[in-house]
This record gives sequence, structure tokens and C-alpha cells, in this order.
Amino acid sequence: MTGGERGPEVGLGDWTPESLDVPGEVRAVVSAPHPVLSRAADEVDPTAKETVQLAADLIATMKVSPGCVGLAAPQVGVGARVFAVDVTGHPKAVTVHGTFVLCNARVVEATRWKPGREGCMSVPDLTGDVKRASRLVVEGDLPGSGEPVRLVTDGFEARALQHEIDHCAGLLFLDRVAGAHAVYQRKVYL
Amino acid sequence: MNELAITVIGRDRPGIVADVAEVLARLGANLTDSTMTRLRGHFAMTLICTGPAAAEVEAALASLAAEGQLLATVRAVTPDGDVPPVGEPYVMAVHGSDRMGIVAAMTRVLVDAGGNVTDLSTRLTGALYVVLAEVELPAGVADTLLDRLHRTAAELGVEVTLRPADPDLL
Repeated sequence: MTGGERGPEVGLGDWTPESLDVPGEVRAVVSAPHPVLSRAADEVDPTAKETVQLAADLIATMKVSPGCVGLAAPQVGVGARVFAVDVTGHPKAVTVHGTFVLCNARVVEATRWKPGREGCMSVPDLTGDVKRASRLVVEGDLPGSGEPVRLVTDGFEARALQHEIDHCAGLLFLDRVAGAHAVYQRKVYL
Repeated sequence: MNELAITVIGRDRPGIVADVAEVLARLGANLTDSTMTRLRGHFAMTLICTGPAAAEVEAALASLAAEGQLLATVRAVTPDGDVPPVGEPYVMAVHGSDRMGIVAAMTRVLVDAGGNVTDLSTRLTGALYVVLAEVELPAGVADTLLDRLHRTAAELGVEVTLRPADPDLL
């Protein structure tokens, strides 16, 4: 996976969920309106024991939630800038980095904005049309080692990353919908 | 708890939404789902609220309607309960020269395929007519339906597209 014109990627290296070396526990997912979803989360020490446990818990919770491709710490009630993403096998995914967790992630480049309809586990009854960059560069730290990464991605994985980074900033997709008539009742439950 | 269906239609002016919402709030009527828009310069608001009796709300809104610029109706309704989804969400877009019967013909094709229109808006601007419909379709009918929509659209001299509006759960 190369970054092409968008600068070099500093990938996950040999990081895998197993590198966390702790079993993840499934946590309860909170729904809006919950205050933790609406405030900017705190920066974390990616090497701290509680960050590593949180990372493992996010992966475990994401894996047991049908159709879930990403989960941010605020969604399990923790105001920390940590999230898990895994778009493996999703039909709309192009670039795929597998299962990973990022701490203190930030968007450094976002281009080629495209609309799409999003739903969120923390807003279970609504969906909304949201524009997201389809080319994205994100920097953050890996939990455990604390190694910095620079992920270059696109398409569906880019959308998932922006959605989770928004959660860490206290933003829901509702804060970004395209207009007054761009929110819909969600009728299909996965 | 009373559930009320309210419509307010009238000449558009700044402050209508605030005025209507204020009247309802003062009566303890809780605005639940609502949609408000401008239709050819007319302000149009449809909403469901819970709280006071219909007569009380009607009387309060009548004060706003007093100058004859607004028409408000209030009706007590019974909650529908949850309607099970028909299937998968799609968006149908139709555009072309305005003529009689476009909405009737196109939505009839949707209904005949087992579809359920959940949201629809139309706009006429100059000679151009635009229809946008959110529709739930039973699984597997989209391809056949699109053929029928194309045929009907051709008879009407308009263009039609049908695309999935599946949300991605993130």
C-alpha cells in the first residue's frame, strides 16, 4: 500500500490486535443523547495500560456488533481519543488496513468529497446524508507500542475513519448532514 | 397523552416557525416529528405534537391566523405504531418537461411493484418538473421495476433514475 501523490504512508507495521496482548471485553454502547458523545474527548497516552485495555475492548465490542465497521471510545462511554476500525470485506471498501486501533488520530489531508448515507450505532433510529473526503491521510498513534502511523486511504475506509475521528471530537453525523431534509428514519435493522 | 396532527400553510414571512413553535411551547405541546418548507412561496408546515387538547391548540393558532395570512388545522390522531419496513430504501429521481400526471403514473408503478413511498418532494421551475421520492422496495424487484419505470417515463417524456439509498453503519 503506497501513498502515491499524497505522501508516504507510515503503516501499521507488524501491529495486529494480538499485539495488545490483553483479552477485550464487550462494553455497552451508549446512544445519543448522552453527554459523552457531545464533548471533545481527551488525548490519551497510547502506551498506558488503560489505553491498551480500551483498545482491546473497542475491537471486542465492534466484532460482536453486526455490520459495525468502526467504534470510538465515546460510544462506550469513555471520553478518550481512541477508536477501532475494520472495513475488511465491505463491498464499498477499496483500500483496507484490516483491524486497527488509533489513538489521538487527526486528519492531515482530506480531498475528493463525496456524499453518502450514514448510520451510527449511537443514533440507532436515524440515518443521514453526509459528505466525506474519499481520499484521506490520517496520523495517530498505535495503542501499546505508541508508534506513530500515517495512514493513506480512500473510499469506505476513509469515510469510517472520518466518522470515528468525529466521535472523538464530540461530533455525530447529525452535525454534518447535508440539510434540513437529509435525515431519515432508519427502518432496516442489521 | 393527546397526539395532534397540525398543518400551517400561508404566506411566507420571516418568523413564522418561531411564532408557531412559541404558541405550541406556551401550551405545553411537545413538537415531535415535523417538516417545514416553502412551496412556491407559501410556507407549509406539517407536524405531530403531543400534549394539550386539539381545541386549545386550534384556538391559540387562530390568533396567528387572525390576519388571514395563515391557515392552521389541528386534528387529534391515534399513534400508528411501528410500521414494519417493506424492504430496502431507494431514491427515485424524475425530471423533464412538466405535464399532467407524472407523479400519479410514476408512483403507481412503484406501488404495483410492492414499493412504499416514505418521502416525496416535487418542484416546478420554469418548464422543468422534478420529482424526488424515497421508496422502500421488496428485495429483488429493483431491476424489473427500473424497466417499468423507464417505459412509463418514456411515455411521459421524462427521465428517471433509481438508486439504492442503503445507509452504511459506521
